[in-house]
Amino acid sequence: MSDVMNGGKVRKDYVRALDIKHGRVDMSHGSGGRAMAQLIEELFAAAFDNDYLRQGNDGALLPPPDGRLVMATDCHVVSPLFFPGGDIGCLSVHGTINDVAVMGATPLWLSAGFILEEGFPLADLQRIVMSMAQAAKEAGVHIVTGDTKVVEQGKGDGVFITTTGVGVVPDNVHLSGDRARVGDRILVSGTLGDHGMAIMAQRESLGFSSAIVSDTAALHGLIATLLDSGADVHVLRDPTRGGLATTLNEIAAQSGVGMMLNERALPINPEVASACEFLGLDPLYVANEGKLVVIVAGADAERALAAMRAHPLGTAAAIVGTVHEDDHHFVQMTTGFGGRRIVDWLSGEQLPRIC
Amino acid sequence: MCLAIPARVVEMLTGDKAVVDIGSVQKEVSLALLDDVGIGDYVIVHVGFALNKLDPEEAERTLALFADIGNLNPAAA
Amino acid sequence: MKYVDEFRDGTLAKNLTVSIAREVRDRDYSFMEFCGGHTHAISRYGVTDLLPNNVRMIHGPGCPVCVLPIGRVDMAIALALEHGVTLCTYADTVRVPASNNLSLLKAKARGADIRMVYSAADALAFAQQHPEKQVVFFAIGFETTTPPTAVLIKQGKALGLQNFSVLCCHVLTPSAIANILESPEVRQYGTVPLDGFIGPAHVSTVIGSRPYEFFAEEYRKPVVIAGFEPLDVMQAILMLVRQVNEDRAEVENEFTRAVTRDGNLKAQNLVAEVFELRREFEWRGLGLVPYSALKIRREYAEFDAELRFPLGYRAVPDNKACECGAILRGVKRPWDCKVFGTVCTPENPMGSCMVSSEGACAAHYTYGRFKNIEVVSA
Repeated sequence: MSDVMNGGKVRKDYVRALDIKHGRVDMSHGSGGRAMAQLIEELFAAAFDNDYLRQGNDGALLPPPDGRLVMATDCHVVSPLFFPGGDIGCLSVHGTINDVAVMGATPLWLSAGFILEEGFPLADLQRIVMSMAQAAKEAGVHIVTGDTKVVEQGKGDGVFITTTGVGVVPDNVHLSGDRARVGDRILVSGTLGDHGMAIMAQRESLGFSSAIVSDTAALHGLIATLLDSGADVHVLRDPTRGGLATTLNEIAAQSGVGMMLNERALPINPEVASACEFLGLDPLYVANEGKLVVIVAGADAERALAAMRAHPLGTAAAIVGTVHEDDHHFVQMTTGFGGRRIVDWLSGEQLPRIC
Repeated sequence: MCLAIPARVVEMLTGDKAVVDIGSVQKEVSLALLDDVGIGDYVIVHVGFALNKLDPEEAERTLALFADIGNLNPAAA
Repeated sequence: MKYVDEFRDGTLAKNLTVSIAREVRDRDYSFMEFCGGHTHAISRYGVTDLLPNNVRMIHGPGCPVCVLPIGRVDMAIALALEHGVTLCTYADTVRVPASNNLSLLKAKARGADIRMVYSAADALAFAQQHPEKQVVFFAIGFETTTPPTAVLIKQGKALGLQNFSVLCCHVLTPSAIANILESPEVRQYGTVPLDGFIGPAHVSTVIGSRPYEFFAEEYRKPVVIAGFEPLDVMQAILMLVRQVNEDRAEVENEFTRAVTRDGNLKAQNLVAEVFELRREFEWRGLGLVPYSALKIRREYAEFDAELRFPLGYRAVPDNKACECGAILRGVKRPWDCKVFGTVCTPENPMGSCMVSSEGACAAHYTYGRFKNIEVVSA
């Protein structure tokens, strides 16, 4: 790959092209010398290539933004690195784009920091980097700066990636977790629990096989469609770790309201439901990486729903609940069975139950 | 310790094991606690072991019982 | 999911709701559901909302994590931290608070090699793959989980494994039921009115319905064995109400699709081959209960972790403010405990009822507290 990028020539300083096929990360790749420069040039810069990176400086010089700035950062330590539907690379791009986009901002630029473990295969690193480049390209966002460090074997899990993103919010957009109001409706953009269960399925110790695929995706296009519909959206969030339940509890606390969900309205893939059943997990607490929680003025709920359903990432969108007055800020749910229960904060990590 | 779910046997394996299917999720389980299990049977799975076979006729009978109660309560709101 | 979804049907639930409401008379009914899985199902589906006010459910000690004494968790921690074994355990136990502010999870953070397994078979497989390590399986659970452990030990013997043993904490359901029925509050004082039991689902698939006949006859309490799904539970409650109304005390089986009178004889025989009764065993909250637990037979002694390692059992009392004991026996309710929801929460569990999601306190905290909040429609 590096030969193609350099027009078939290897820079004389480097003597030999990077051996992507069989090479591994070693300590020299993090030392700041030629080996590191080559890794950056032939692997990272080649894949992410854009005008800002070509400036070739430690920091990227960016044009002034025409609006309020949003900045967000995300650390990625997912294991396994490659899973059905994605990998740590595209996940890290999508995750930060989404954190910026749920503020109502158009994502513009990303930075990417890599902590590599000595011994990590370069072929895997390239696969991850290409995936990031692809995800960024599809999202119309540039990776403009980055950093690489190498830690000794045993001190890292292959690779950890941290991405930071910057975007601009138009003046007329005000989205915030404390803006949920009594009478608002709660919507989700699609099926719940896909990402978390796709990862769980890869854990050898649990030993089950399924066709569950991660939903990792960049949501700024869906969000733009939603906001363009004119619906009076108050809160937008992506329910990642801790699932829908955690996100709603956070918003309920921030806004000082209560919520009532309708279990029958929750969109959940039958396979995800089965896998959760099998492990004793509650899909409300399982991570999503390509879904939106939307809290919108009650009168605009149908408009918001229609707008999302018209977008490829929102075809399974649904209205799942309402916001009401509650001094205790509980998130409650009417169960499919007819009773009522609380959907509480997650306590600790959701461990697969045997009981 | 009661988390146990009904699963359908889809493949028999050597060493007293089988692959079962629960709503398209598949898992290998041990049949060491049962005799006479075949493909298509439903078993109750707990911590990786099939504990018992599920009797489909009895299952239908139980469901019919619930439904019957419905017939006795026409005005169930 | 077949044989699952049909038993959660909300429409059929409404039918049962009306039936139960119609058949209850002008008196109180108190039923104990013994099985932790039933406690969880009742809370998660909001079954209590569908019962008339004069039917009360008492959560019994059917959660093996809840009745596991601190001293036993201490032994497991000691094995990992002091004896350097690889301790394999079901995930439910790792957060149980033990002595010295430790839990298995906290011991893991201190460097102990503690591994969560979904199946007992995984522990054996690990021991086979790592002959250089001493592997101990922390075996807890009622009669549902005991047969897998028996299979494991037999396989270990057949393979001639030298590095595998089991810390056996298996307990027996009928003994616990007897203990409750013999408790002064039930037998003498009548302060805990108990009109019947919902028999455990999967324990019964193994032991059959026969063991409960003793309780029905001796103590004149009806028992209805119920399946695992909320419709099963409601149907069982209806059957109990009928028995009480008709002054019957019989063992009835709602879970006919999986439970027979004899149970799984192959599993029972395997268990009898590998285990024998302990004379007594400490149950958290219930104290010492005679003939209520199992230990490994002499023929399989080389797989008994308590013999292989110098471990002593030390009884550790619960925190003075903890009311788990009373709650497990149905004498008190979670909200009667002074520390419920304040100091003792699922994040910071002080007693066993809170640490397992099937414990009465955790179930109520997670699914049911402050249920009297009115929903104000927009």
